Amino acid sequence: MTDAKYFTTTKKGEIFELKSELNSDKKEKKREAVKKVIASMTVGKDVSALFPDVVNCMQTDNLELKKLVYLYLMNYAKSQPDMAIMAVNTFVKDCEDPNPLIRALAVRTMGCIRVDKITEYLCEPLRKCLKDEDPYVRKTAAVCVAKLYDINAQLVEDQGFLEQLKDLLSDSNPMVVANAVAALSEINDSSPSGVPLVEMNAPTINKLLTALNECTEWGQIFILDSLSNYNPKDEREAQSICERITPRLAHANAAVVLSAVKVLMKYMEMINDTEFVTVLTRKLAPPLVTLLSSEPEVQYVALRNINLIVQKRPDILKHEMKVFFVKYNDPIYVKLEKLDIMIRLASQANIAQVLSELKEYATEVDVDFVRKAVRAIGRCAIKVEQSAERCVATLLDLIQTKVNYVVQEAIVVIKDIFRKYPNKYESIISTLCENLDTLDEPEARASMIWIIGEYAERIDNADELLESFLEGFADENSQVQLQLLTAIVKLFLKRPADTQELVQQVLSLATQDSDNPDLRDRGYIYWRLLSTDPAAAKEVVLAEKPLISEETDLLEPTLLDELICHIASLASVYHKPPSAFVEGRAGLRKALPARGEGGVASSSVETTSAHPSVIPSHDTLIGDLLSMDLNPVVQTAAQPASGFGGGHVDLLGGGLDALLDVGGGGGMSQAAPPPGGGGLLGDIFGLGGGDQSGATVMPKVLWLPAVKGKGLEISGTFSRRNGQIYMDMTFTNRAMQTMSGFAVQFNKNSFGLLPAQPLQVPAPLTPNQSCEASLPLNTTGPVQKMDPLNNLQVAVKNNVDVLYYACLVPMHVYFVEDGQMDKRVFLQTWKDIPTQNEVQYTLTNMSHSSDSVVQKMQQNNVFTIAKRNVEGQDMLYQSLKLTNGVWVLVEIKIPPGGSVYTLSIKSVTVDVAAGVYQAYENILRS
Amino acid sequence: MIHSLFIINVSGDVFMEKHWKSVISRSVCDYFFEEQKKISSPVDMPPVVATPHHYLITIFRNNLYFVATTTTEVAPLFVLEFLHRVVDIFEDYFGECNETIIKEHYVIIYELLDEMLDNGFPLATESNILKELIKPPNILRTIANTVTGKTNVSCTLPSGQLSNIPWRRSGVKYANNEAYFDVIEEVDAIIDKNGSTVFAEIQGYIDCCIKLSGMPDLTMTFVNPRLLDDLSLHPCIRFKRWENEKVLSFIPPDGNFRLISYHISSQSIVAIPIYLKHYISFREGKLDITVGPKQTMGRQVEEVSLEIPMPKSVANCNLTASQGRYTFDPVSKVLHWDVRKIDITKLPNIKGSISLGAGAGPVEANPTVTVHFVINQMAVSGLKVSRLDMYGEKYRPFKGVKYITKAGKYQFRL
Repeated sequence: MTDAKYFTTTKKGEIFELKSELNSDKKEKKREAVKKVIASMTVGKDVSALFPDVVNCMQTDNLELKKLVYLYLMNYAKSQPDMAIMAVNTFVKDCEDPNPLIRALAVRTMGCIRVDKITEYLCEPLRKCLKDEDPYVRKTAAVCVAKLYDINAQLVEDQGFLEQLKDLLSDSNPMVVANAVAALSEINDSSPSGVPLVEMNAPTINKLLTALNECTEWGQIFILDSLSNYNPKDEREAQSICERITPRLAHANAAVVLSAVKVLMKYMEMINDTEFVTVLTRKLAPPLVTLLSSEPEVQYVALRNINLIVQKRPDILKHEMKVFFVKYNDPIYVKLEKLDIMIRLASQANIAQVLSELKEYATEVDVDFVRKAVRAIGRCAIKVEQSAERCVATLLDLIQTKVNYVVQEAIVVIKDIFRKYPNKYESIISTLCENLDTLDEPEARASMIWIIGEYAERIDNADELLESFLEGFADENSQVQLQLLTAIVKLFLKRPADTQELVQQVLSLATQDSDNPDLRDRGYIYWRLLSTDPAAAKEVVLAEKPLISEETDLLEPTLLDELICHIASLASVYHKPPSAFVEGRAGLRKALPARGEGGVASSSVETTSAHPSVIPSHDTLIGDLLSMDLNPVVQTAAQPASGFGGGHVDLLGGGLDALLDVGGGGGMSQAAPPPGGGGLLGDIFGLGGGDQSGATVMPKVLWLPAVKGKGLEISGTFSRRNGQIYMDMTFTNRAMQTMSGFAVQFNKNSFGLLPAQPLQVPAPLTPNQSCEASLPLNTTGPVQKMDPLNNLQVAVKNNVDVLYYACLVPMHVYFVEDGQMDKRVFLQTWKDIPTQNEVQYTLTNMSHSSDSVVQKMQQNNVFTIAKRNVEGQDMLYQSLKLTNGVWVLVEIKIPPGGSVYTLSIKSVTVDVAAGVYQAYENILRS
Repeated sequence: MIHSLFIINVSGDVFMEKHWKSVISRSVCDYFFEEQKKISSPVDMPPVVATPHHYLITIFRNNLYFVATTTTEVAPLFVLEFLHRVVDIFEDYFGECNETIIKEHYVIIYELLDEMLDNGFPLATESNILKELIKPPNILRTIANTVTGKTNVSCTLPSGQLSNIPWRRSGVKYANNEAYFDVIEEVDAIIDKNGSTVFAEIQGYIDCCIKLSGMPDLTMTFVNPRLLDDLSLHPCIRFKRWENEKVLSFIPPDGNFRLISYHISSQSIVAIPIYLKHYISFREGKLDITVGPKQTMGRQVEEVSLEIPMPKSVANCNLTASQGRYTFDPVSKVLHWDVRKIDITKLPNIKGSISLGAGAGPVEANPTVTVHFVINQMAVSGLKVSRLDMYGEKYRPFKGVKYITKAGKYQFRL
């Protein structure tokens, strides 16, 4: 007999049939009917219509029937909340049952019924069950608290369940402890503040470590995960925890192993004892290798994590290269990851093995894999200098196979090899040229063209080759067009005698027939350079190129450190911090503990505290701000005029718009915009009223020091002119290279501040040059409350990198022009706002008359509604409105001849008070 | 934590769903199907897929996808391990785990899943405990239940659930007390064109079938424990004793389980039990392969079979095998040769011609041969159990240790 019979239907209609069976007197028939209902439910059929009939079967002594009804209830209670109430009584009764299995089952099921009305009845039984004599019931109840928190967090806090849950951490039964830990960490994750609910301290840790040895494998995972959030107070504690965790590395469950690895990797950071670290490192290798003999899915997750571990501590797996060799029937996702790690581990010692493997892979069938293998050979050549020659030979062998995509990939990587080792392997150029016709992918074509241009003097027929490309110029990908333009200019500069016609042709194609602004602008630049000063053109176009870095696609160190703290989690699979992809996650970020004596505790506490500091660390904004690629930009576009931009970084800093649209459209006759064009534009806008109106502008402050900005220094301030907010900035290039491609973005902020137009910085910004830019802003962007309220996080991109800083926007720029309130409305509003929303401040050392206060504030859109004199004191009543429509009412007391003013600020949103006070202070002191 | 589970077959039917928290609409599986469209082989399904609100974590086993969804940051390995455990338990309950079996036992499966997770937290995942809670189906019991009106759900709390040894139930009784240990070693190897070993390692397991009454306390010692420097232990093993004395000391679960798994890495020298002598040329259309034993310590090599995925351009193979049978599937282009035993006096050989399809271009790559074999009574690493002792119980059990060496991923590049 099988359950398949539960699916047989009759003609009358299934639901009808089931209904009558459920109401049958015979127990046996009832049970069979409930089974049928459950069976329908598992396949996703809607049987909610039977709700009352099924619930009627709930009061029974038969445990199986009870369980089945409970299963049904969990699924459908949400859709039938009123009916679900009918079940409450039985639940409450079952929670008192002498059989612990039934007590546990009842409390467990109740927690799964996500109906608000029912949760109220749940509190009392749950409280009892948390103190139940039977550990099975206690551990079930612990999980139930987490469920309840998910439904109604406030209720859990009010009823003190969190306290009870914390008490369970010291329960005598390890399983209960493990479940309590799991429940607490889930509650922590979902709590909006992100503040840890439980202060991890030495006694708690000790309890957890004891439970760790005795609880189930799953419990061990939860405990290890919460241990990884703890920062040991000193090195000795870290060592002793490490010692107690190490046995977990031999666990059969891969998840336990990886969680243990996470804790060890984190704690290792704060251990200075090199011998201890060496021993630990040695112990880490075998379990990681073992993970690779598990199921392919497990392997995949393990490999993603190993990728991080290898970047952080290359020593751990340096002898284990062979386990990453690809088996031909590995799933593709495993193959690609293994390949990545092979390259990371490649060194002089093992390069021969690696190369012969890679060569083998390059003949496989899977195209993606083959391409990656070919690329890997190129990366090896760049990484291990001694092997470069062999790599090149291997690549040449592969080109001989004439397999189209292999040849194309090979040419792309050979271009990189040429850049890394100039004047070494140019003898192979002729072989490359043989394959010119087969190249159909833009990247390969562009690479080939770059090679021809770069070595034009050695290729006799370079002009013919380039000319052949030129025929289909209009149909080429823009990457190829740009490259072709540069290559022909290079050729012209090297062999001016016979290529003049060619260069004319390409310049006219680029400047007159193309709609692509990048191409046009590059064309004009070359044209002007060539026509005014060929010597300078030579210097620019044929300039020495910066070396390319050895390791590509390494993670940024700060991000890597953060990800190390997230080993074994989804973040480690995506190689992104959780804040970048987990919904509703508060700003809680993990950081590796600082190495060293003393100060460890304090500094690490700070980094994990809930509120991010005003100026976030470099990486903090990545992801949530720009959702940009995390790969560090390879520094290839450094010399804009000559650079061949690596993969897809094109001439002027790439797809990030802005820049040249301003001057570019003009054409030859128009002079290039003078340096500071952006600033000029700003001035024009600013002329109207800014200075006349006398609005206060704070002096510029240094926002981004050159040290942090990779050579770019930014200082600036905010102002309000003619009803528009401006960000006035001074960019100074303190680096040795020119900068270009400036663009700006803001993170979400309290007032939705957003650039109204692209940033216009005259580029290139040569070393030690500085320029002004005034960026009009509007307040229509996405809003997110910041702390402090007027904090603004900014990202500035240029050809070097993306740079981040935070600055404070003076509040008064948000004061809008129509902030004058009618007298009566003012009076009414003042009364309506409750007194707890009134905040008082004092302004000291003031020397204004009340009239000058009125005037000064008026210029900044703060309007005086009334003025009274009470007992010799001047009382000013003022109103202002913020860009987001929040009204703020202010009362100022100015004692005769006194220098201390009292400010009372009232607003519905009391959060703004501090900012408004700051604004008064700024305005009156300016 | 794990939110929901969907079981999907290769043709894309979601035929089972289970939710541990609120119900997630099965439309979330559409992201899975989208991903599925991109892959060429079902095994290539990426294990972790992000969707706007959920993460889909998938395993592919027995031609079925088990897709777990989660909404929050969770350890993916925890989910993967759990899913594999689910399949293990199903196999343990029903003998195998496929679509038909699952459909036949919907209700038990639903009950099992409910018992295994609570709100996404694992509850009982030991088969010993589950079997006490929910009796596995068998015909006799089903009939008995129908007659007596009993159910297959137990009313009592499993005794092992909360003890310090959750993996063993109390009150176990057997008439014949037996303990069998299988030392299984799988050789993973890649051997290149010239016959030299690119990479070889051994993945070993000790699987047990233990039917002992009461609370037996076992110790197992090895002649050469130094071989085992990288191993994963069943939770029942006392780690300290292993660390200090290199003795496996444990109170075993009842029934079948894996005691340890170990790994002998590529850095040690691993014996290669089989070699191939081969000649293949697509240009000439010739194939000639001979299989021979090597380093087998005189044991017979059995159940030998070869699998050669031919390039797409191969239309047919016309071969003669000196022993065994061969098949060539013209659709999947896989040549399969079932060799059986290797006779040392007359080594098995297959040769003949390969014909390429008309108009097919040059063949780019030579295929990789996967070889399967079994060698009984030998552990290729040389691992040997020296003693097995029992304490805590009075009776004398019957003990047996068996050694088997198998091919894992054993591949020759031609």
